[in-house]
Amino acid sequence: MAEKSPQELIQIDHTPPPRNWMNPAVDFEARRGTWSYPGGAKSLRYMGFPNPREWSPTDADWKLPENWQQIIHDGFKELLKKYRTLEVFMDICVRCGACADKCHFFIGSGDPKNMPVLRAELLRSVYRQDFTTAGKILGRLAGGRELTEEVLKEWYYYFFQCTECRRCSVYCPYGIDTAEITMMARELMNLVGLNINWIMEPVANCQRTGNHLGIQPHTFKDNVEFLCDELEEVTGVHIEPPINRKGAEILFIIPSADYFADPGTYTFVGYLMLFKQLGLDYTLSAYASEGGNFGLFTSADTIKRLNYKIYAEAKRLGVKWILGGECGHMWRVMHQYMDTMNGPADFLEVPRSPITGTVFENAASTKMTHICEFTSDLIHNNKLKLDKSRNDKLRVTFHDSCNPARAMGILEEPRYVIKNVCNHFYEMPENTIRENTFCCAGGAGLGNDENMEMRLRGGLPRGNAVRWVRDHHDVNRLACICAIDRATLPPLCDYWAPGVDVSGIHEMVGNALIMEGENERTTDLRGEPLAPEKEEQDDV
Amino acid sequence: MGALISLVAVAGLALLAVVGASTGDGLRFVLGVIIPGVAFAVFIGGVIFRVVRWAKSPVPFRVPTTTGQGKSLPWIRNNELEAPSGLAGVIGRMALEVLAFRSLFRNTRVEVLPAKEKVNYIADKALWAAALAFHWAMLIIILRHFRFFVEPVPAWVEMLENVDGFFQVGLPVYYATTFLMVLGLAYLLARRFFDVKIRYISLPTDYFALYLLLGIALTGILMRHIEKVDVVQVKAAIAGWASFQPIAPVGVGLWFFVHVTLVSMLLIYFPFSKLVHAPGVFLSPTRNLANTNRVRRHINPWNPDIIGHTYAEWEDEFRDKMKASGFPLEKE
Repeated sequence: MAEKSPQELIQIDHTPPPRNWMNPAVDFEARRGTWSYPGGAKSLRYMGFPNPREWSPTDADWKLPENWQQIIHDGFKELLKKYRTLEVFMDICVRCGACADKCHFFIGSGDPKNMPVLRAELLRSVYRQDFTTAGKILGRLAGGRELTEEVLKEWYYYFFQCTECRRCSVYCPYGIDTAEITMMARELMNLVGLNINWIMEPVANCQRTGNHLGIQPHTFKDNVEFLCDELEEVTGVHIEPPINRKGAEILFIIPSADYFADPGTYTFVGYLMLFKQLGLDYTLSAYASEGGNFGLFTSADTIKRLNYKIYAEAKRLGVKWILGGECGHMWRVMHQYMDTMNGPADFLEVPRSPITGTVFENAASTKMTHICEFTSDLIHNNKLKLDKSRNDKLRVTFHDSCNPARAMGILEEPRYVIKNVCNHFYEMPENTIRENTFCCAGGAGLGNDENMEMRLRGGLPRGNAVRWVRDHHDVNRLACICAIDRATLPPLCDYWAPGVDVSGIHEMVGNALIMEGENERTTDLRGEPLAPEKEEQDDV
Repeated sequence: MGALISLVAVAGLALLAVVGASTGDGLRFVLGVIIPGVAFAVFIGGVIFRVVRWAKSPVPFRVPTTTGQGKSLPWIRNNELEAPSGLAGVIGRMALEVLAFRSLFRNTRVEVLPAKEKVNYIADKALWAAALAFHWAMLIIILRHFRFFVEPVPAWVEMLENVDGFFQVGLPVYYATTFLMVLGLAYLLARRFFDVKIRYISLPTDYFALYLLLGIALTGILMRHIEKVDVVQVKAAIAGWASFQPIAPVGVGLWFFVHVTLVSMLLIYFPFSKLVHAPGVFLSPTRNLANTNRVRRHINPWNPDIIGHTYAEWEDEFRDKMKASGFPLEKE
């Protein structure tokens, strides 16, 4: 991807080709850089998923099961019976096109099949042909299409080119949600062994070790201790976070990237500093060592299977409630699926902050609270001593992550926290934030390197908005509450808005937090000097 | 191509009506009585069938799209219409969606300026305005048609006519909705022709629905303002339908038959096409569910019995390493 400069990549033609979209043709060889490698046989075998084999999308023969058409037809029929969303969304689209230019992948690529309406039509055309009277009789005239191998290959290409961000569903007059459609299509493809490795390997890892990265318990502990040692050099405060401790009040669940790689690790220690300072009675778990859930990008059953450990571990440890860290798709699962799938959590209590006494009524049934809700409540009740000036070298903007924004409606809490720990905060243009936020283009399992061109293309809208605040307000820090963002936005910013770093919010909380017994801070959590002189007098 | 096929189809239907109606009383009876009757039954039956089928399929998960601040801490102001926390909010959100096309109102148009390395999002309300004009105008026109079905004409219909004919142009008075419906439809059709993206995604059936509606509107205008129809005869024919003692319409002119045939086609087509978006929007789970996911447990009627990797299995695999690392264990 290094060969294409941003100036070249932004030359985008949104004019569709003359060829009718109903004729599929994806040349995987010519489109390298815009698709993901298939799921490895080892992972599929471990999970007991169908059709494990070695293959490549560039092969002519994808080694499908002989009766693959029947398998998908039957699977489709079953999904239609199980989901009103699918049935209604298949029937009611009028192709008004309001969604067309709302997708980051369409904006950045110009490929017409990245218009959400056409992405859905890839599935809908087969639905019409197989399940509607008009389609059965009139076929193509009624918008029906036979499910050929070429069509299936197109499914693979385009349904693994959707990050399930739900931006299109905001603009659709009927609320048709392409995330839902993509989830169904992926579920169908999984029936015949079509999936991508960036999803399958984390899924298999998560099943075995409890986290996507395959980190085993002793390594989990080593990682946590290592990060705490490094932190002690910055703060002078020794932290030993409890792991698998029975009888704690709170089970703290995080995405595994937070204790594995920069810059997530700084956010991770930010949480730990906060808990230490509060004297919170909590525990981490090496078994429930992942809140993220790539089952969301596989099938409903896989979500449930991987998320099983959360309530199971809460029960085993005998905690009262669950607190969750900064992660986007993890919170989609925790907010919209967990209680239904793995509940009822009747052995837990309604979350109540032991520091402020606030009862989180909005989690009365799930019994899981978002860390931004928890921290905003602390700040609102003046329970934290914060030195905002320690973040003065940062000029911050906030990227609303897709799932917290469009599946939870958690928009104000993160902003409230940021404004209380930083002096310089600037919003990106309004069509690119809050419910209109643009995806990092690497979510839903697409954040791999072989897909880099598509990530950068899809990242144009976000990157361009970051660039705008960088140019207008000298912004140098993009804050977010998502672990996938923290992994995928750095290369995006380097490409479209160089000079802007990415971090979680609790990294900045950690910077500002005044801890008991701490040394005078000379560096931030990254070990970089705090701004030596505060010459800038900017107003927020 | 799709546009042409659909045009031919609608023109063909109109032609059939003309030919049929000029042939004799027998076919006039078919066109003026049997087809409308069947169409009406198909419409009612079809829509009920659709809605019942949708309503019967389960909603396993509560998946609203939140488009504003959800309800969380008491001091954070939540947006009930964008992320409802209860029934009232959902009703409000649905009302805005159905009556004012709230989501379509958000529409923007993207503009990429490579030279400036800039991406812009420009507010674009034309689609919203045209869609709203067309749908509201059509509703009012349908309601105005009650004057043909009920004798004496109800007061609310006359009031509607007075408001609709407020500008007092022409004789008989031109209604505002006449223009709004035709202009709205014309815009919706024009963007399928001239906006390359919309042209690309349009199916033959998309044109078909628009031509049908336009045909219905234009024949209606024709009968009211140009080739004026004998309203007394029309009322007589319609009274026949309503009293279930139908007669073949006489003295109503050919345009009446074209109009009625196209309306019949629309009624038949409605339940089996994208036109079911009208009842469908009410059943869209991303809009009609409250964002109360963590407050109240949502039940999935087919919730499969799935147990994940248990702690015991996990500890079994890693016990030695855990022991060496000083973990508390369930089994030594």
